[in-house]
Amino acid sequence: MRVVFTANGRRVEADDVWEGESLLYVLRERVGLPGSKNACEQGECGSCTVYLDGVPVCACLVAAGQVQGREVRTVEGLTGPDGALGPVQQAFLEAGAVQCGFCTPGLLVQTDALLARDPRPSDGDIREALSGNLCRCTGYEKIMDAVRLASARISGISGEGGGA
Amino acid sequence: MTTRSIQGEKNLRKIDQASEDGIGRSPLRPDGALKVKGEFAYSSDLWHEDMLWGTALRSPHPRANIRSIDISAALAVPGVHAVLTHEDIPGSPYYGLEFADQPALAVGKVRHQGEPVALVAADHPETARRAAKRIAVEYEVLTPITTEEQCLDPGRYGYVHEPHEYRARAHGNLCHEQRLVAGLGVTDEVRALADVIVAGEYEVGMQDQAFLGPESGLAVPAEDGGVDLYIATQWLHVDRQQMAPVLALPEEKIRLTLAGVGGAFGGREDLSMQIHACLLALHTRRPVKIVYSRDESFFGHVHRHPARMRYEHGATRDGKLVFADCRIVLDGGAYASTSAAVAGNAASLGHGPYVVPNVRMQAISLYSNNPPCGAMRGFGAVQAAFGYESQMDRLAAALGMDPVELRQVNALAQGDVMPTGQQVDSPAPVAELLQRVKDRPLPPPLDPSDRRALPGALSNTSHGEGIVRGVGYSVGIKNVGFSEGFDDYSTARVRLEVIGGAPVAMVHTAAAEVGQGGVTVHAQIARTELGVERVAIHPANTEIGSAGSTSASRQTYMTGGAVKLAAEAVREALLERGRRRHGWTHGDLALAGGRVVSASAGVLAPLAELLGDEPIERTRVHRHRPTVALHPETGQGFGHVQYSFCANRAVVDVDVELGLVKVVELTAVQDVGRALNPLAVVGQIQGACTQALGLAVMEEIVVTDGKVRNASFTDYLIPTVLDTPPIPVELLELPDPHAPYGLRGVGEAPTVSATPSIVAAIRQATGKALNRIPVRPEHLTL
Repeated sequence: MRVVFTANGRRVEADDVWEGESLLYVLRERVGLPGSKNACEQGECGSCTVYLDGVPVCACLVAAGQVQGREVRTVEGLTGPDGALGPVQQAFLEAGAVQCGFCTPGLLVQTDALLARDPRPSDGDIREALSGNLCRCTGYEKIMDAVRLASARISGISGEGGGA
Repeated sequence: MTTRSIQGEKNLRKIDQASEDGIGRSPLRPDGALKVKGEFAYSSDLWHEDMLWGTALRSPHPRANIRSIDISAALAVPGVHAVLTHEDIPGSPYYGLEFADQPALAVGKVRHQGEPVALVAADHPETARRAAKRIAVEYEVLTPITTEEQCLDPGRYGYVHEPHEYRARAHGNLCHEQRLVAGLGVTDEVRALADVIVAGEYEVGMQDQAFLGPESGLAVPAEDGGVDLYIATQWLHVDRQQMAPVLALPEEKIRLTLAGVGGAFGGREDLSMQIHACLLALHTRRPVKIVYSRDESFFGHVHRHPARMRYEHGATRDGKLVFADCRIVLDGGAYASTSAAVAGNAASLGHGPYVVPNVRMQAISLYSNNPPCGAMRGFGAVQAAFGYESQMDRLAAALGMDPVELRQVNALAQGDVMPTGQQVDSPAPVAELLQRVKDRPLPPPLDPSDRRALPGALSNTSHGEGIVRGVGYSVGIKNVGFSEGFDDYSTARVRLEVIGGAPVAMVHTAAAEVGQGGVTVHAQIARTELGVERVAIHPANTEIGSAGSTSASRQTYMTGGAVKLAAEAVREALLERGRRRHGWTHGDLALAGGRVVSASAGVLAPLAELLGDEPIERTRVHRHRPTVALHPETGQGFGHVQYSFCANRAVVDVDVELGLVKVVELTAVQDVGRALNPLAVVGQIQGACTQALGLAVMEEIVVTDGKVRNASFTDYLIPTVLDTPPIPVELLELPDPHAPYGLRGVGEAPTVSATPSIVAAIRQATGKALNRIPVRPEHLTL
């Protein structure tokens, strides 16, 4: 089948899509957006988190046919048009929240969604919001730092300490 | 379809930072911007025109003879380009890290569930998977050999490897045995010297590395009959060394380039899909990509050895250890992998970071029909630490002593002698680490108003009732670098040239960046040694000599050391050029800020001018000091390069009615020698602590009669951010005079030390003995 949808503001078409294919497969293998990662293919790890019509979902759990005519935003869509990093990306980079980086794309989208609905989340709120995204490298401490740093910057609060 | 570069160059970015981003600072990762943009090319992201997808058919049985394999139905599936069995292997079917005992594809029998039997290449991954299911394999199913008792009685239960096909050094189903005797050993006379004796039996479950990036890579057949492999691995050269005899190719025709690696933790030391992708690519003359599913990943790499241990310790009334007697049985599963070295570590580190005058150790690794086990972060030292640290708490209780004080009374220090006879000749601040971790402020008491902080968290299992807090301490020891006489080295090439008017250093090694930040540190070293701002990291590949493995906490020490040597050689050549050209005679020349400077004469020349269009390039090999093999009976020998120590304090809240545990805080204090990149060092320690938390209370591959019961992230649980507490880290920097910059390998010690602190805290909260990890709810409530 043919699937047509919007990915990061751009109209994309995928042909010869097999009915069993996931949105994740189509993004990664058919439309050139491999940033979303496949680490479990059953919605446990969150590495493939993308926005679907503004709501974070695991792309591995969405059938490709379900995105027909809809809007998808992936980690690639968090980068500015000029290639500049978005505030969440920048904070993850600076805070040491990226080691192997395989969980990073999903965490970035999930964090972006969290800060969009609550620019000043408590630590408990951050942990709850990110509890569907596994990271095996960092022990999450630097990820917490990164979210706090991005939160401070987005909400215009000075005294950014996160990082070292 | 978008064409993506298969070249590692995509992951190469120049670092354009000030030269103050040398060692001791925490500059941004050179691969970090790509990673946060989703543009970093992991091994599972690779794409090539005309590529096929490969998959393996794996055995459902842990032990069986193969009567026949019929591939005709699979070959008939439209879109299938090849179906291969061991008969299609051009060379020897066997490979292995220490012993070549593992078939790339099963030969006549299978020895563990998930053993690869046949391969399929097709034009869509789903086509390949479906075709694999149509391969008809007729098995004669045999009763698996799975328990210690069965393994050690081959006359009755049979052999995992028949005597005529046996390749390891031991015998029967014994893969390796390491004994150790120190002092007088453990005799009745020695026992009589102890006022108190405590004994315990301990068990460690099978842990998985659970790296997030699945095993994957892309093999591209080359015109010269060879193959180019883009691969996520921990050691390019040892992969190639194992692949060559199977592919029947000379090593130079197998070219490996490191693709982006999504974590490793030991699980990528052994080969996974490397040979399979190359076999399919060479057979079909098409590029072949293989990406494991999570399920396949659980079967496709080795795990941490499960262990059964018996410990006995004796001490005088004032807490001084008199003896330690220990037997550690490691289940290595069907193939040797690194079992021998794991057993060697268990024996030589199994007494812990303590001075013990009389020791008797026996560590054995078994062949069984359970999943193969090998390297995982901590490597033989993790299992033992749960044993000896549990014993320390037991001994402290028997003596009525404070558990930290007991440890300090017996703490190893510089100048002390290990039971191997090796004198510890660099700082070993075990007592100080314990004191510092003990002196850290405790977290505030339980606040039941936020249920997310309670045991059970979002499951809403408690509002604060039935919850008891506990505190536990532990300390651990890990070796750094490859031990026991291994010729451990790394190679680095540094090139200094002018690009766009400015001096740029290019660093080329074969070191596997698996997430730890080695590329950051190598660039920092080049900046410090060459006084330049801009450093480029060349993609890691086999065009340069081996860097050794990204394991054993060794890469900053080993490849960092090689980069340092190569950069120093470049610097010396540059200064020599200056002396020749300008007649400099100053004894205090240095490179800084992109210039040659002299403390006495000031700036002598910009590097760009001295370099002109004549770049300087030097390649150097770095070896650590030699070690020797441990004597098989006495365990004596200068076996280890360097030791690494970490102390932990865990604070837990336990719902004693439901058996649920919440780790409230996990503090680590570690001597890192010198932190070349403090941010990365702390990240390593926090990550290691979290994997240790997983082993303490969550993670186990459950194996019944040789079959894995939980090969998914739904059933094999690793810590989420809700399971993981704040992890305060304090660094001690006591330089090791034998190591580059005085540094100490950091990545593993906390995986060794942190688990026992958590279990100790749960014991304090519950009063339960807890002799097995991971601790489960039923251990706390039944």
